[in-house]
Amino acid sequence: MTLTAQPEAVTRGSGELAVDLDGVVKRFGAVTAVDGISLRIRPGEVVALLGPNGAGKTSTIDMLLGLSDPSAGTARVYGRPPQEAVALGLVSAVMQTGGLLKDYTVEETVRLTAVLFGRGRADVARALERAGIADIGSRLVGKCSGGQQQRLRFAMALLPDPELLILDEPTTGMDVGGRHDFWSSIREDARGGRTVIFATHYLEEADAYADRVVFVRRGRVVADGTAAQVKALASGRTVRATLPGASESALLALPGVESVELRGDTVYVHARDTDGVARHLLTETAARDLEITSRNLEQAFLTLTADDDNQEMAR
Amino acid sequence: MSAQSMPAARNLPRFGGFSLGMIGLELRRMVRNRRTVVFTLVMPAVFFLLFGTNASARTERVGGGNVTGYILISMAVYGAMLATTSGGAMVSIERAAGWSRQLRLTPLRPAAYVAVKLILAMIIGAVSVVVAFAVGAFGGAELPAQAWVACGLLAWVCALVFAAFGLFMGYLLPSENVMQILGPVLAVLSFAGGLFVPVDSMGDTFATIAKFTPVYGVGEIARYPLTHHGNLWAAALNVIVWTALFSAGAMWRFRRDTARV
Repeated sequence: MTLTAQPEAVTRGSGELAVDLDGVVKRFGAVTAVDGISLRIRPGEVVALLGPNGAGKTSTIDMLLGLSDPSAGTARVYGRPPQEAVALGLVSAVMQTGGLLKDYTVEETVRLTAVLFGRGRADVARALERAGIADIGSRLVGKCSGGQQQRLRFAMALLPDPELLILDEPTTGMDVGGRHDFWSSIREDARGGRTVIFATHYLEEADAYADRVVFVRRGRVVADGTAAQVKALASGRTVRATLPGASESALLALPGVESVELRGDTVYVHARDTDGVARHLLTETAARDLEITSRNLEQAFLTLTADDDNQEMAR
Repeated sequence: MSAQSMPAARNLPRFGGFSLGMIGLELRRMVRNRRTVVFTLVMPAVFFLLFGTNASARTERVGGGNVTGYILISMAVYGAMLATTSGGAMVSIERAAGWSRQLRLTPLRPAAYVAVKLILAMIIGAVSVVVAFAVGAFGGAELPAQAWVACGLLAWVCALVFAAFGLFMGYLLPSENVMQILGPVLAVLSFAGGLFVPVDSMGDTFATIAKFTPVYGVGEIARYPLTHHGNLWAAALNVIVWTALFSAGAMWRFRRDTARV
C-alpha cells in the first residue's frame, strides 16, 4: 500500500527549495534504512516527519545534516551540499540526546557555538533569550534538567540564525508542561519564516504544529500532505446520514467507497472521497442530517503502521 | 530579526574555525575539572617532594646540580607527560558525550579541532612544568642557571610525544574515564623508560628494552643540559619515532572517526 498526496507545497515554486531530496537511498551493509526518498520542502514550511522506530527518519535527517552520505541519490539544502549548508549556518539541528559537555556552563556552551560561527555576544544573548534559558546562563550543563538541556540545544541551533531548523524527536523525555513550553518557543520562532522539519512520534505534536506531515515507513514516504489530507488518505473519512431505505449495493458502487454500514435509517459510508459521497447523497437521494467525520492522526498512524506489522508478520 | 530578513552575509570562519576564543573557553573548562588539575599539577610536585628531597639527594652532586634537581627534571617530564596525555585524551570524553558529533554541526573543521586539542595539551604541559620547577626551586633543587631554562623547555617540547599519544588513545578508547586507564599506563612507561629509576641501575636486558620505550627519549633529552651524559642522537630518534607512530595512529583513528558512513 502506497499512498501519496500531491499537496501544492511540493510543486516546484519559483524560489529556491529549502530541502531537495532526490531518490535518496541509505544502506548499512545489508540493511536498507532509507529506500528511495524524494522530498521537496519549500522555505517557510513546517514539516513533521512521522513514522515508527526504524522507519528511516533519523537516517534521513543525518543525510540532510551532512553527517552521513547517501548511498544513492542526492541531498541538497538551499541548493548546496548539506555539509556546506551546515558550515554556513543555513541549517542547524536539535538532536535527540547527547551533544553537551557537563562541565561547561549554559552560557559558555552557547558562546563556544558563537565563536565557531564567528558570531558575537549579542547573538549569544539573543539565542539564550529565545530559548528561554537566559536566567540559567551561569549554571553548569551537568546540573540542568533534561528540559533545560533540550532548550540549550535549541539555543545552540538558533545561534547561526538558520534558514532551516531540524528537530529530531525534540521533546523526548520532557513532561507535558515542558513539551508545551518548548513547542511554544518553536512556534514563536517559526513565525519569523524559518523552515522547520521535525521528527516525532508524538502524533498530537505533528497534528498541532506541522503544516505538512510526511509519513515514513520502512525507508519510504507512504503519505505526504497536510495533517487533514494524511488523515483522510490513511484511514478515509466517514459520512453519516439519515436515509430511510438506503441501498447498500448502490452506495458501495460509488467511487472511493470502502465500506457501508446500515443501522436502521442511518447509513455510515466509509470512503476516501467523502466529498463525492456527500454530494451524491445530498443531490441524488433524500439523505438529510449529513455529517462527515475524520479519524484523528493517531488512528491514521496506527492504520499505516499496522499495515507495516502485518507485512512483517506475513513474511 | 527573522530568518528571512537577513539572507546574505554567511561566511565560513577563518582557519577552519580554529580561534583563540575557543582555546580560552576550553582552558576555562579544563581548569574547572579538579581531577585534571590534581593529576597534572599537584601529583608530580608531590612525588618530587616525597622522593627527591631527602638529605642524601640534596647533598649528592650530578653535573652542575644536585640529585634533587635531577629528580625534579624527571618529575617535570612526568607532569608534562600526564598533562599532555590528558589534554589529548579529552577527545575521548567528548566523543563519549556526543560533543564531537555536535561540533560537526558547526563550521569547525576536524583538523582545526585537533589543532586546538594539541595546543591545549601543550598549554597545560607548560603550566605543569612551571609549577613543578617552582616547587623544586623552594624544595632544595639545585641546577645551573641555563639548565633551569633548557631542561624546562626540553621537557615541555618533548612532551609533544604524549600529546600525540593522548590523542591516539582518545580516539581509540571511547571512555569517560580514559585517564584512569592511561594514568597507570604512564606510570609503567615511566618506570620502563628510566624516568623513576635511572636506566644505569637496571639490569642489561631492561636497560636495553628501556631505550625503545617512549618515555626514555624525553627523559634523556630533558636531563641532558644537567648531566651532559648519554646518547643524545638515540634519544632524539626515540622521540621522533614515537611521535611519528602516535601521530600516525591518531590520524588513522581520526579519519575513521570523521568519515561519513
